[in-house]
Amino acid sequence: MIDHVRTSTRPGAGDALRAGRDDDVPVRVRGVTRRFDATVALDDVTLDVHRGEIVGLLGPNGAGKTTLLSLVSGVRRPDAGTVRLFGRDPRDAVARVRLGTTPQETGLPATLRVGEIAAFVAGHYPDPMPVGELLETFGLTDLARRQTGGLSGGQKRRLAVALALAGRPDLVLLDEPTTGLDVDARHVLWDALREFHSRGVTVVVTSHYLEEIEALAERVVVVDHGLVLADGTLRDVVGRVALRRVTLSLDDDGGAPGASSGPARLDALTGVVRRDTDPATGRHVLLTPDADALVRELVTAGVPFHDLEVRSASLEEAFLSLTREEVAA
Amino acid sequence: MSADLDQLSATQSGRTGRTRPGDGVGTDRTVSPLTLALLHFRMTFLETIRVPVAVVGATVFPALAMLFFVVPQRALASDPAASTGATAQLAVFAVISTCVFQFGIGVAEDRALPFDPYVRTLPAGPGPRMAGRVLTGSFFALLGIVPLVLVALLLTEASITLPRLLIAGALLVVAATPFLLLGLTIGYALSSKAAIAVAQVVVFPLAFAGGLFAPPESFPRWLDALSQGLPSRAARDVVVPVATGGEPTLLAFGVLAAWTVLFAVLVRTVYRRDEGRRFR
Repeated sequence: MIDHVRTSTRPGAGDALRAGRDDDVPVRVRGVTRRFDATVALDDVTLDVHRGEIVGLLGPNGAGKTTLLSLVSGVRRPDAGTVRLFGRDPRDAVARVRLGTTPQETGLPATLRVGEIAAFVAGHYPDPMPVGELLETFGLTDLARRQTGGLSGGQKRRLAVALALAGRPDLVLLDEPTTGLDVDARHVLWDALREFHSRGVTVVVTSHYLEEIEALAERVVVVDHGLVLADGTLRDVVGRVALRRVTLSLDDDGGAPGASSGPARLDALTGVVRRDTDPATGRHVLLTPDADALVRELVTAGVPFHDLEVRSASLEEAFLSLTREEVAA
Repeated sequence: MSADLDQLSATQSGRTGRTRPGDGVGTDRTVSPLTLALLHFRMTFLETIRVPVAVVGATVFPALAMLFFVVPQRALASDPAASTGATAQLAVFAVISTCVFQFGIGVAEDRALPFDPYVRTLPAGPGPRMAGRVLTGSFFALLGIVPLVLVALLLTEASITLPRLLIAGALLVVAATPFLLLGLTIGYALSSKAAIAVAQVVVFPLAFAGGLFAPPESFPRWLDALSQGLPSRAARDVVVPVATGGEPTLLAFGVLAAWTVLFAVLVRTVYRRDEGRRFR
């Protein structure tokens, strides 16, 4: 079993906040397990989000990110463990007054107008942003009378994020806020989120894009197979998941006579996080944080390789290596 | 309407100002359940009228049934008491089927939409959400009664005094309550495909056994006895006598009340258990 102790938090600020009252803690998740039939979506997860943090929840599709958010926003109940939103059960409506979330882009009622949906959502909060101001902040003023079914993908995303902020929340949960957006639209949204964060709003954002997490988050939590695999500062976690993928073939599976076999020599290299061999082609795939150093090492060690290829590893590949690391530890 | 809401938001923010993180003040402030219910009413109402064909279909259906099944039968249409009774019976059937179908299928379909889990994250409990939906459903169900009554008054010998019409209308709402709760139970418990099937399986036998298609006087004794305990029969026995100049029985009210309590408990249970679509 993997131990889910937080590996690190921002020191200083975190300590002071942790000493605060329970209702000062936006999110407190303790030993939470959630199953869907035979699948374990979350496996004994413990995680706190402190006031003012901007946390990136990173993981491949199906990792458990969305399930975690649905528990925090009161849509689902955990099978075991407790979830607290500002010290309350998020299933109680009153706990959600300080929470803002986004609908999925495809989920807006197509026949309703932009202004109507914004007014509907804002009307749930005791102290909402005026609808006009909200729409202006997200560049939606001209679209206020348009039915959402007629909006472009980017416009729907902007509206979805605007809705999360309609009630002047203290905590915002954003599930894949910019999936499918072009680069410009993505940057506009990121700027808006940073702006709200700078005003004291706590933000939790999920993504399976490393770039998005790098642009927004200060703290990164990596989730896969329902487990927290890593939890630390952006620099720490990105260093562990931003890997390069080096692919090569070995000459006749041996090289110099008397030396150990080729794959064993690859395993002896210091910079390799993970090695896989494609059984069909016999090519070896090495994951490494520093491809340049690895190639130098290959050459100095006299490994007889050919057809060398270097590219960045996908996050999925990086997550696999993280899993191995944690299990080994 | 949207101007009203803008104003509402403006006055609210003017009154309270921004709650700063760390001040811990005002965390218990919420919007009143009545305001929330009206918000949800407005939302479901707008969504309904944006598909005018559906509205027209639902509101014209009872009048069409009257035109096809009652007006052509001269014996029925020329008898004032019989045609008034038939109209009241059709009104009961129209309201029952609207309740079960609209709430059963409507709620099940809404739950399948990705907007529903989002609405569940807003700070509103089940009460205001259901109240909004019930207000919308009742509005359109009662709207369907208007053309039905007009057809009855114009094309048959049916007649009714204004006070009796109003009382019958009010009793129709009372009689519809258990069916509305039954519809919500189906909607929150089942997927939309299952809800369609179950709604049909429930409505037509209930309507038949409740004496809404054939008069209960023609039932064999065992069916009549069973029928007395059904909510559909109770609904009929509350509304039809008032429309035709008689008085409803106390038993019928008791039966309606019992079914109302039962279905209210069921709705509460299935709503608490519902988590929207089952996926992650």
